[in-house]
Amino acid sequence: MNIIFEKRLTSSTLLGVATLFLSFVLALVFCALILLGFGINPIEAFGVMVDGAFGSTYALTETMVKAIPLMLTGLGVAIAFRMLFWNIGAEGQLALGGIAATYVALFMSPYLPDVTVLPLMVMLGALAGAIWGLIPALLKSYLGVNEILTTLMMNYIAVLLVEYLYLGPWRDPDGYGFPGTAPFPQSAWLPRLTGRVHAGLIIAILAAALMWFILARTRWGYEIRLIGENLEAARYTGVSIAKNLVLVMLMSGGLAGIAGVAEVAGLTRRLYGLTVGYGYTAIIVAWLAALNPAAIILVAFLLAGLLVGGDQLQIALQTPAAVSEVLQGAILFFVLGSSIFTRYRIRFRRKETQAAGAGDE
Amino acid sequence: MNEAFVVSILSITIRAGTSLLYATLGEIFTERAGILNLGVEGIMVMGAATAFAVSFHSESAWLGVLAAVLVGALLAFIHSFLSITMRADQTVSGLALTIFGTGLASFMGQRLGPGGTTMVGLQGPSFSRFPLPLLSELPYIGMSVFNQDILAYLLYLLIPILWFYLYKTQAGLHLRAVGEKPQAADAMGINVSRTRYLYTVFGGMLIGLAGAHLSMAYLQGWAENITGGRGWIAIALVIFATWDPVRAMFGALLFGGINALQFRMQAAGASIPSSFLNMMPYIFTIVVLVLITAYERIGKRLGAPAALGLPFAREEKG
Repeated sequence: MNIIFEKRLTSSTLLGVATLFLSFVLALVFCALILLGFGINPIEAFGVMVDGAFGSTYALTETMVKAIPLMLTGLGVAIAFRMLFWNIGAEGQLALGGIAATYVALFMSPYLPDVTVLPLMVMLGALAGAIWGLIPALLKSYLGVNEILTTLMMNYIAVLLVEYLYLGPWRDPDGYGFPGTAPFPQSAWLPRLTGRVHAGLIIAILAAALMWFILARTRWGYEIRLIGENLEAARYTGVSIAKNLVLVMLMSGGLAGIAGVAEVAGLTRRLYGLTVGYGYTAIIVAWLAALNPAAIILVAFLLAGLLVGGDQLQIALQTPAAVSEVLQGAILFFVLGSSIFTRYRIRFRRKETQAAGAGDE
Repeated sequence: MNEAFVVSILSITIRAGTSLLYATLGEIFTERAGILNLGVEGIMVMGAATAFAVSFHSESAWLGVLAAVLVGALLAFIHSFLSITMRADQTVSGLALTIFGTGLASFMGQRLGPGGTTMVGLQGPSFSRFPLPLLSELPYIGMSVFNQDILAYLLYLLIPILWFYLYKTQAGLHLRAVGEKPQAADAMGINVSRTRYLYTVFGGMLIGLAGAHLSMAYLQGWAENITGGRGWIAIALVIFATWDPVRAMFGALLFGGINALQFRMQAAGASIPSSFLNMMPYIFTIVVLVLITAYERIGKRLGAPAALGLPFAREEKG
């Protein structure tokens, strides 16, 4: 028996959603086996996770709180992935956004009119994230330096920088020696909508709409898609790859930077423990959403549920929250593995028919 | 410079470079076969967690190493299956492996101590320094190069063997052919998929061993994020080494040296905050990548396997 792969010319959304769903189920089964191996009842564990993430109004708002940075960073990496630039650096870009926002909130706000504080935090935060993303983009477009490695290294540097600031020079002098900066003045608080859900949600949804518009309706968006889908054609039609890369990474890093602003201004209201891995989960969000802005909003919410569920697992069953990371990786494995069914039509053919039909080919 | 100082720097350099070199060699063989495995960080951290957990409970250091090698093989097999058989995107598959491995290792770390507790702070069997008779009496290099752990000595042997295998044997020729020109290799009768599976899994074994060295020799204990980006640095070292095992050794020594410098400065109470000292390897990686890529631009083509990261399908040939 021979297995024949034929490239599908069109991809169907229904098939895509069906394989995605099946992959998710298989990933759950796979993780259930791992949990069983550690002597944990998977049904009970998954029950706690679902309940903790979606089971009550409080749970839903907490899930939304974690979805906000995932939406913004997910949108950010997705636009870079659209042109096949592997920006793995959302974590660092988010950190820089948080740092810039903190600087405004702590050291500039006393000299500014209250209404200008938040806009300035968002602007400088976006700028800081954009610059952090620009460095790998410039290195890639002018020297060809591998962006996966540079964006990753810059994550490690940014995480250490945040740590240095809130443990060192920016540590709250009245904080009894605890790590973290002083609390922000009220003018630097992003308004809350319900529970701990803050206005970052509105920014994220607006950003998704803007990104959809750019990709679907503008010439710039057309160029980005062209570069990602057919680099040769893009070159042939005179699209500047370097220019687009720089612009895309400014936007990508900027969105992650805003995620950092929203975290410090909306949630913690001071700088402390900012980098908890949203930038890495963002990669999964973007990929599962097939880089589609609207889908990113939805997938970010679901994966945020996974994170909140993981935390709940730790609280309720003393099972490490890292289960949610294991699940994320496993979901990605199965989605990747199943993508062959959406990209190829698979047919089975008997050996002898192949031999008989060989002359026809 | 006095001998004690040189010995101490050289000694830490080698000790820090050992796990890096194991991982780099593993990735070199993987990439030589045309498979890009970005899961090094995840495999390495799983190797470290597995080695520590198994050796702690079995009280056998070698059983820990064996388990780490097997886990490395298993994880690399997942990557091979996805990228070779299922023709998935190798970049995303590698990233998935890293996320999965980091999560599972963290899970194990919190769960596999005695009675389901944390492994942090435990002491298990380890590979201590073992001065080689006679050789360790040599000046300078004696107490540094020949006063290492067994896994480092194993590596000393492995470097020339792997170099010879890659460049001087028929199997090595086939491996390089598969990474450079899979269509031609296929025409020569080499089974491209099987070769790629083989070396990706072999690479995973070495990367698992790299993790074992971290938790059982270099740091002798488990800590969350024990790898701290070493897996990614190893991938950068592959580029630095131009896919050559001997050059990889120099690269690993260079980065081991950065670690040694970091330690010395910290110990000497340098006025630079430790956060900035800890940034050094990452900044250095970027600088090295920029220099090596710029050098490539000037004219010398580096030895990246031509078919690296590209799926191979027989049906599509011709």
